[in-house]
Amino acid sequence: MPQYLVRFVQMHESFRTAELEALAVLVGVKIEVMKYDKDSPFCIIKLPSEAAARSIISRSIISQAIYELWGEGPTYKDLHTSVREQSSSEWAKYEKTPFRFAMDSYRGTRTPSEQHTIMESFSYMGFSGPIRMKDPEVSFRIFEDYEFKADVPKYYYLGRLIAVSGRHAKTTYDLKKRHYISTTSMDAELALLTANMALAAPGKLFFDPFMGTGGFPIACAHFGAVVSGSDIDGRSIRGTGGSARRGQTGKMDVVGNFTQYNLEGQYLGAFVSDLTNTPLRMPTDNARSGGGYLDGIVCDPPYGIREGLKVLGSREKYGDEERAIHEHRFKDPNYIAPKRPYSFTAILDDILAFAVNTLVENGRLSMWMPTANDEDIELVIPTHPSLEIVSVCVQPFNRWSRRLLTYRRLSEFEVPQGVLDGTTKEYEKGVKADELNDFRRKYFEGFKEFEKMKLDSSEKKAEQIPPDSKGVSGRWREKSDR
Amino acid sequence: MKLLTLNFLTCARKTCKSAPSSFPLHPREAELEVVQADVNLAFLKNILPRLMWGELRTITGELGLPTLPDTAPERSALFTAAAAVSETTTPGVDPEAIDAPEHPAPVEEPEETPTQTAIDLHRILLETCIKEGKLVCGNCGHEYAVKEGVANFLLPGHLV
Ligand SMILES: C[S@@+](CC[C@H](N)C(=O)[O-])C[C@H]1O[C@@H](n2cnc3c(N)ncnc32)[C@H](O)[C@@H]1O
Ligand SMILES: [Zn+2]
Repeated sequence: MPQYLVRFVQMHESFRTAELEALAVLVGVKIEVMKYDKDSPFCIIKLPSEAAARSIISRSIISQAIYELWGEGPTYKDLHTSVREQSSSEWAKYEKTPFRFAMDSYRGTRTPSEQHTIMESFSYMGFSGPIRMKDPEVSFRIFEDYEFKADVPKYYYLGRLIAVSGRHAKTTYDLKKRHYISTTSMDAELALLTANMALAAPGKLFFDPFMGTGGFPIACAHFGAVVSGSDIDGRSIRGTGGSARRGQTGKMDVVGNFTQYNLEGQYLGAFVSDLTNTPLRMPTDNARSGGGYLDGIVCDPPYGIREGLKVLGSREKYGDEERAIHEHRFKDPNYIAPKRPYSFTAILDDILAFAVNTLVENGRLSMWMPTANDEDIELVIPTHPSLEIVSVCVQPFNRWSRRLLTYRRLSEFEVPQGVLDGTTKEYEKGVKADELNDFRRKYFEGFKEFEKMKLDSSEKKAEQIPPDSKGVSGRWREKSDR
Repeated sequence: MKLLTLNFLTCARKTCKSAPSSFPLHPREAELEVVQADVNLAFLKNILPRLMWGELRTITGELGLPTLPDTAPERSALFTAAAAVSETTTPGVDPEAIDAPEHPAPVEEPEETPTQTAIDLHRILLETCIKEGKLVCGNCGHEYAVKEGVANFLLPGHLV
């Protein structure tokens, strides 16, 4: 299999090979990662053909381009030897072709005259066609990989451009230019990446059960899928007449976002519902319910940083009187369905069960989930016997991090017999949102600690430590040590 | 909401799920709107085998839309190919072929034109929308309101 060089962007490292592998599955080819280093944007892979390389990269969000590898080495001398060995049979093909040569120095710089000398050193390849900086028929690039702050590169490559990536979509769908967003809207780049991980593509049906302002369905529709979604908050779907962006007025809603990107044709519409009381049909409902029908599910479930996770229902069981009140009032246009706090670990399992019931075989679930930097409070990755974990990608922040989990719906043959027999888990039964949600609790405690640190340092500056300063941290510890 | 969604929606009440009459939900006082969209043949071909055809017929009947045939059309009735090519493997799982890719490479298809059957189906599933009205459960009679094209499935306190 021929070797190709992928030029990644140097960020979201743990998503990079995961995205390529997902796209290889989508294209239906085998991929082999030959050389990858999380500290470098250059990656060498094997693929069966140039056509496969083009199909994969033209959808990729986390790479810039893919090149046919013409040579590599730790010095220019080695690079030239390698180029002669690996690619001399190709040179004649491009002898008269309008071409372009360029350089890409990662963590390094070259003056124009240095660049000129380096490019000239490849003149033995014998290209006599016109040099064309704009729209050349063939394009070559010399890559230099430097260590941080090093004077000379540690490694070199030469490649022939095959295809540029689909990364420009990141700009098209930039939240700054989106019609309607909210404080929890997913960043466009990560939403597009999520759609790739879940294999959104033409002909497929995708769903987001926590759609908010529709960021994930829009990303899936960009890749050709037909999409739908739901949210417990009807205002997020219908819009509230304003957006999170300042100075914008007028009707703002999810449909408007699809219209903005010319994707209305792929939007089935959305509905208001609670995932734990979903109206979507499940094969387990009854004998006449049919099978799975979703090709993919993509979501960022609520983990209650800005608001506690809620589901339908009341905190306590109703007496006859309360029931009568609800029965009497529910048709009132201002009636608000009662909601109660819910456990985050429980909703994760509910999502997996929902996915198992609605996905077709080999359909995928890609879902975001917080984790904490602090070892002892790391949340367990939820599992289900009918779902296989395909990849776990991590996005670190300063005080916390989150993961994108991707699962594949197994076929009936792949699930070992007997494992599906019901074991019901016990979940936390607290009544306050804070007690139910570990992540939310730690998140706020993190800030308390932060506040305390600020307090401590300002106190030190003032050089007058109040006698009860220990009491502050003592009280805080006491409270958090549940 | 496009009519296709009704093929996936049942009553949200847990106590109704086991009753076959909770699906499909019955549109009442529905205000329909046709919103044109390009025919999406790849999608129609993919979704056709997943449709609950009888339930789709019930709904189109109740909405007074043209009557659908008794049984679902064959996938091959959705398009005509410029040159007849034999159908290669359709996505599916062969339990013995462990090494087979999860998703077989999409077969290069010659120019395909949607048939009238496909165009009609497209019109019903993907161009006809419910703008206002109600969706009623055939088991418990609960009515779910549709406003500005968005159905509300939040259950009142006494029904959760
Ligand atoms: C993190 S936000 C998702 C934002 C979305 N990805 C976007 O780009 O706008 C989580 C969403 O879940 C919704 N939600 C909370 N509890 C829910 C429940 N029980 N069922 C369905 N949706 C729920 C919230 O209203 C919120 O819009
Ligand atoms: Zn019902």
